[in-house]
Amino acid sequence: MYIYLPIAEVSVNAFLLLGLGGIVGVLSGMFGVGGGFLMTPLLFFIGIPPAVAVATEANQIVASSFSGVLAHVKRRTVDFKMGGVLLIGGLIGAGMGVFIFNYLKGLGQVDLLVKLCYVVFLGIIGSLMFIESLRALSNVKRVGTSKPHHKRTWIHALPIKMRFRVSGLYISVIPPISIGILVGVLAAIMGVGGGFIMVPAMIYILGMPTKVVVGTSLFQIIFVTAFTTMLHATTNYTVDMVLAVLLLVGGVIGAQFGTVIGAKLKAEQLRILLATMVLLVCAKLAFDLIVEPSEIFNLSGIGGH
Amino acid sequence: MRTVCAYFLITLFCFARAVFSQEIVMGLSKNEIGITAFFDGSEILVFGAVKATDELSLNEPLGVVVAIASPRRAVMVRRKEKKFGIWVNVDSVEIDLAPSFYAVATTGPLSQLLDTVEDLRHSISVERMIRSVGAPMSVDDPVAFTKAIIRIRQDQGLYQTLPGAVTLQDNTLFSTSVTLPANLVEGAYTARIFLTQDGKVLAQQETKIDVRKVGIERWLYNLAHQRPATYGLLSLAIAIFAGWSAAAVFRVIRT
Repeated sequence: MYIYLPIAEVSVNAFLLLGLGGIVGVLSGMFGVGGGFLMTPLLFFIGIPPAVAVATEANQIVASSFSGVLAHVKRRTVDFKMGGVLLIGGLIGAGMGVFIFNYLKGLGQVDLLVKLCYVVFLGIIGSLMFIESLRALSNVKRVGTSKPHHKRTWIHALPIKMRFRVSGLYISVIPPISIGILVGVLAAIMGVGGGFIMVPAMIYILGMPTKVVVGTSLFQIIFVTAFTTMLHATTNYTVDMVLAVLLLVGGVIGAQFGTVIGAKLKAEQLRILLATMVLLVCAKLAFDLIVEPSEIFNLSGIGGH
Repeated sequence: MRTVCAYFLITLFCFARAVFSQEIVMGLSKNEIGITAFFDGSEILVFGAVKATDELSLNEPLGVVVAIASPRRAVMVRRKEKKFGIWVNVDSVEIDLAPSFYAVATTGPLSQLLDTVEDLRHSISVERMIRSVGAPMSVDDPVAFTKAIIRIRQDQGLYQTLPGAVTLQDNTLFSTSVTLPANLVEGAYTARIFLTQDGKVLAQQETKIDVRKVGIERWLYNLAHQRPATYGLLSLAIAIFAGWSAAAVFRVIRT
């Protein structure tokens, strides 16, 4: 059953979109990731214009993050104050990201920018995850021996300190705002929530307790992606509501099943699987950039649609 | 004597015009194409008849050309080059006018039905439908950009050249069908038919086909472009509602 997407102006198989949404949803449920970093490249592969894919994916992430954060609010594992500080950075970053995006769109380089960002970040994250999970597999018997200690680092020397009760931290607001900006820029350019960068940064740079990390990151992501959606919708008119609905119907259902499956599998094996997949997507994107394309010309409209 | 001669020539000319005058009438299976949510292309039947007023004109075979075109718009064509090991858009040429959809169906090879002058006058072949005033001096091989737009859109089924697709019966009745692909862009399309003989256009007819989004497609597209803030908020409201309801539904299922 083909469905015509009003904004992307292409006709796509609706079941393919539901299926993609479902598969990425299952994965995001299994691994506890947003899935934006897998969905956006998959949308490129099936022929959705990158500008539409990025903007629409931001909208879809609002749905999946909102769905996810509710459980965390109930369990009181959201640090709203930290989330708020990260959010300030996030909004600034998203604004910058959309500005860069639109500037490069005018130059005809936006596809390249988006794809390069993907290759770089998927490459880094995928390799780190792969190495770490391999190490974890070989050390599987010595689980929990290397807990990170709260050491005094350069982070604690920065000014404008604030107390974050839920996280049990008394630190400067500069690192969280900076992390927020970085993730905001990526959210706007790549159409991702940025959880895959936010979560490690919160643990290793800010030293937040693991139990509040996911909830706080989701809380922050909702607002950053909502803001990104609004910016793309009002400046580029590239949010495709029909595409978003199809993806999120598949996504939210898939995520629930994914959570169930994820609970039954071993964590290290899951991580290796995820890392392999991330690296495959990265390799495919890199390959397309390096190998001479079959068509070296490309067309784009002038002055909107 | 000269005036008489002139009158004679004028009369002869008028007579000749009358003898060779041909008329062509056409009909379309539809004048409107609605792009609905489930639009996956459409087929349009073009048919008609030639009213030949004199048999003399049939010494040379008649040809029929049917051309269906979308409105023409400016297109930016970019060419990639290898820089720092990756393929990057480098040169760009703005094509002033190009249709997003163009199909030419004919009774035979276009080059045999139409000479260059007539093609130029009526803009019939794909090459003539695309207008490119000029590429910047810095760009090598600017013709390649026009060729690229034709090639890319041919591959997408947007530009179609269909020699022999028009059937002409007894030099009077003709018909053809043109398939419009699913990735159609809306606008006022034109359907033109030309009756040709010996490379010249004898008669022509033109009519409009209205291609537009209808129903929810129309509504969403207009909202997105005319009231983008409302559209953005609506997208967010749907996303939040979907997220909340999914969480709520599965909480009920699990307990």
